[in-house]
Amino acid sequence: MNEMLEITIWQLVTAYIFIVILLAIVRWRKIPREKEIIIATLRMTIQLVLVGYVLMFIFENEKMIYSIIVIIIMETFAVYNIYKRTKQTLSSELKKIIAISMVSGTLFAFLYFDFIVVQFSPWYDPRYFIPIAGMLIGNSMTGITLGVSSLVEGFSSRKKEVEAALMLGAPPNKASQGIVNHAFDSAILPTINSMVGMGIVFLPGMMTGVILSGAGPMDAIKYQIAIMLGITGSVSLSVILFLYFGYKTFFNKHAQLKL
Amino acid sequence: MFSIKQLVFKDIITVNKLEIKSGKIYCLFGESGSGKSTLLKMFNSMLTPDQGIIAYKDQSITDVDPVQLRREVVMLGQDPVVFDGTVRDNLLIGLQFADKADVEDQVLIDLLKDLHLKKDLDKEADKLSGGEQQRLAVGRVLLMNAEVYLMDEPTSALDEETETAVMDLFTKKIRDAGKTAIMVTHSKEVAEKYSDEIIYMNDIVTNEGALS
Ligand SMILES: Nc1ncnc2c1ncn2[C@@H]1O[C@H](COP(=O)(O)OP(=O)(O)O)[C@@H](O)[C@H]1O
Ligand SMILES: [Mg+2]
Repeated sequence: MNEMLEITIWQLVTAYIFIVILLAIVRWRKIPREKEIIIATLRMTIQLVLVGYVLMFIFENEKMIYSIIVIIIMETFAVYNIYKRTKQTLSSELKKIIAISMVSGTLFAFLYFDFIVVQFSPWYDPRYFIPIAGMLIGNSMTGITLGVSSLVEGFSSRKKEVEAALMLGAPPNKASQGIVNHAFDSAILPTINSMVGMGIVFLPGMMTGVILSGAGPMDAIKYQIAIMLGITGSVSLSVILFLYFGYKTFFNKHAQLKL
Repeated sequence: MFSIKQLVFKDIITVNKLEIKSGKIYCLFGESGSGKSTLLKMFNSMLTPDQGIIAYKDQSITDVDPVQLRREVVMLGQDPVVFDGTVRDNLLIGLQFADKADVEDQVLIDLLKDLHLKKDLDKEADKLSGGEQQRLAVGRVLLMNAEVYLMDEPTSALDEETETAVMDLFTKKIRDAGKTAIMVTHSKEVAEKYSDEIIYMNDIVTNEGALS
């Protein structure tokens, strides 16, 4: 097996030329984005360097507790990020359901992946545990964010329709079926699209990583297929849980729409 | 059929007492903003009063399962709603919402004719005009075979001739089946011509604080 090529610090610095080009373009076109680009570049750099040190420490001290702490931090960050990225105001009930479905959906999919599909050994091996948990959690986070926006938006824009259905004797689940299905659809669409484009439009990060680290393409592809299925499972499971319990928060005990 | 006592809803309406008898057609009459729509929604638990009691068949409405109640006390809202799909889908959707069996196309065709709505069942419903959509919404409710019909300005978007046709059809159906209806209307003529009893909002709604 060939080892991965080392990049020196100076080679890395030359890569920042892409940002310089981008800055030149936005300045030339007078697009007011310079500050954001600089901040984003700095954040990306600093965050990755810090994570690098943290991972180095964790990989050297392979301990169950560290893997568990990392997954707790990732879940917390993901839930918090969903709240932040949703533009509409969320009820505390809905927030609770977001957190519960996010955590239980991803954990269930992840543990299945860990213990049945790949069988990490030990099960908390941080080299597998952390990046794979990160992928499942990250994708579920995006899925639930899309689902939340679509659900909240649906209930406000299609309020009259839901009320008309209730007036005809529809139970809340039937009255909101269209909204819920649409939310599910928009939540899982990116995942489905990425399966379609997989390998042709892009080589995903996981595979790139495995190939770069010197494994053969077929091994990398097996991993990639497994991870893609895992991601799909994790996204659908967490989104379904969210929608199944989430729509109920829009109704009160008299089966009326809350305003 | 219904009996209201000392009902208060926010600062919008206060109704001391109101009786609705089975097998009659009532008109709720009053100026815009007097709370007709608000009151109508109390009869099928689309709104719940803050104080007071509404009884349906001698049972407090809050003790009845709201979904079951709405299958007996069906309502047409003030703004006609059209769902995705064809005219047929839109007529049948109420039956599907209420877990009732679909009806034959011929029933739908006859109903459309009675409503003066000469449209193909396969036409996309969102292509209909406002008045046509309103008749579609009325048709959807008439298929429901309910005990009580709550109709909030069912003919507001219709010209006089179509209004007469729709009201004739609707009141005939209700009388033939011996059902009850409470409808809101702006028009005094409609109220006088079609109802057994006119409920004037001015008479039943007491001023704020009058109850206490
Ligand atoms: N959801 C609501 N919240 C607060 N006020 C409302 C609400 N709906 C209606 N109102 C107010 O209640 C009053 C009665 O409204 P409504 O029942 O629609 O009257 P009507 O049907 O007789 O025109 C109006 O002043 C209206 O602005
Ligand atoms: Mg009204």
